[in-house]
Amino acid sequence: MGVRVIIVENGKTLVSKPNRVIAVVELRKVYGETIAVDGISFDVEEFEIFGIVGPNGAGKTTTIECVEGLRKPDSGRINVLGLDPQHDGRQLRAQTGMQLQQSHLPDRMKVWESLDLYSSFYPKKTDWEELLSQLGLEEKRNSPFGKLSGGQKQRLFIALALLSQPKLIFLDELTTGLDPQARHAIWDLVRDVRAKGTTVVMTTHFMEEAERLCDRVAILDHGKIVAMDTPEALIHDLGAEIQVVFNIDAALPPDFAAALPADARIEIQGGRVIIHGSDADEPLVAIVVNQLARQKIRFRDLRTEQPNLEDVFLKLTGRQLRE
Amino acid sequence: MKSLLKMTWMETKLFFREPIGAFFTLGFPLMLLFIFGGIFGNEPSEYFKGYGSVDVSIPAYTAMIIATTGLTGLAITMSAYREVGVLRRLQTTPVHPLYVLFAQVIVLFAMTTLGMILLIVAARLIYQMRFDGNVLSVLGGFTLSSFSFFAIGLVLAGLMPTARTAQVVSMALLYPMLFLCGAGYPLELLPESIHRINKFLPLTYVVKLLRGLWVGESWALHAGEALVLAGILVVGVLVSLKTFRWE
Repeated sequence: MGVRVIIVENGKTLVSKPNRVIAVVELRKVYGETIAVDGISFDVEEFEIFGIVGPNGAGKTTTIECVEGLRKPDSGRINVLGLDPQHDGRQLRAQTGMQLQQSHLPDRMKVWESLDLYSSFYPKKTDWEELLSQLGLEEKRNSPFGKLSGGQKQRLFIALALLSQPKLIFLDELTTGLDPQARHAIWDLVRDVRAKGTTVVMTTHFMEEAERLCDRVAILDHGKIVAMDTPEALIHDLGAEIQVVFNIDAALPPDFAAALPADARIEIQGGRVIIHGSDADEPLVAIVVNQLARQKIRFRDLRTEQPNLEDVFLKLTGRQLRE
Repeated sequence: MKSLLKMTWMETKLFFREPIGAFFTLGFPLMLLFIFGGIFGNEPSEYFKGYGSVDVSIPAYTAMIIATTGLTGLAITMSAYREVGVLRRLQTTPVHPLYVLFAQVIVLFAMTTLGMILLIVAARLIYQMRFDGNVLSVLGGFTLSSFSFFAIGLVLAGLMPTARTAQVVSMALLYPMLFLCGAGYPLELLPESIHRINKFLPLTYVVKLLRGLWVGESWALHAGEALVLAGILVVGVLVSLKTFRWE
């Protein structure tokens, strides 16, 4: 499944060739009796935003850490940018960027100091002053790390991950614990990073985040990939029904149903009408609106509800509570 | 190399931003000097073979600084860095987290040295401290003692699960040693019962070695202490190679 990304740079339009940057074959990692990752395989292509999603404990972080070379897999093959993360770790880390789920800087280290220090670790010189403004941290340059908000810390971690001018960055649970404003700001940043030509591999347990941000997602459950495709294709394949919802003041005429497709169902909750159905021949919403107009029914607040990635996720991984 | 220099400079700044560590390394020993110097003065005394109370206190207080930076400085900082993920973050860069350990040792050794210099300058100017030793010889003993305590700190940092436990255990080891080993209170004034205990405490050997070298005694006379400290250094490094975890 190739994802084509169009990048506009200095007025020139570049269309990527699908170029594999990560290949994982039959990756397996066991901790004691727990099988964290159970023989998974996937590829990531250049310029993609690839998401690994799944419930807590599904093996997302273990997978990403094996790919980064921070953990040694029990079996399987991993190739990242043509390198073996276990043997060429140093070389790989020099050209990738990573943001870890659990990491920290000393509380009294200032923002500019951390960028200055970390930039000295990489062979390529990066203008960290520019990153500071790109990530909106200019006003915080003299603030100690410990005084930053959650969103500011994550922006700083993205800045640190970009210091190597990476071809590939890994972002592990980037927006966990952030408020909606901060989360949307981070999403914009990730899109910017990709638009500048960096491939992004991320994990998340927010389905909305994966649906909005990722070109492709792998849904991981109990250490196995249960589905992998574009969010749109996964939602389409779910074949879930859509809903058209509206409010009316009077009762719905009994012959309203006759105009609807055979598989449609009408649910009435007081003054609210919910029509369940599918977009088989004609969009359901068009049929409903036409019929409302033809029968001169006054309606308010009409909207449609599409299935989303969360529906796919819940169908594939079940709804039971788990830790 | 550039990374190590930057990291060392960063750790130096962080050292001074953490007032408790800086106080116990640089301020507290001076405070003791002024208090006990004020009480006892530095008149020659038969207790100390003709030396004054300040003369014998300076090497002992130096031993106190060595124990403080080794046990609390290195052990607590490294445990904290591991616990919150500073070391883990470094693992994602081409630079090994060992660099931060080197930087810590460099900074703490420099601060221990600075603490000793402050003591010497103050004791010389205010109490006319006598010094009959060989400077190089004293520096050698000082370096051996410091690294031997860094090795102990590193073993602790490897064994302690959190910075909090590292703090409690370091303090529990440090404070009794300061008083039982002749660092905060002169060896000559300790009863026989304490001498039976303190031969099992490493700080005693630092105090005896430094006090001996300070008054010009030979290394041969203190070979026992030097061997014990060298042994602690070697064993400590070997043990921490096995036990130290980066995450």
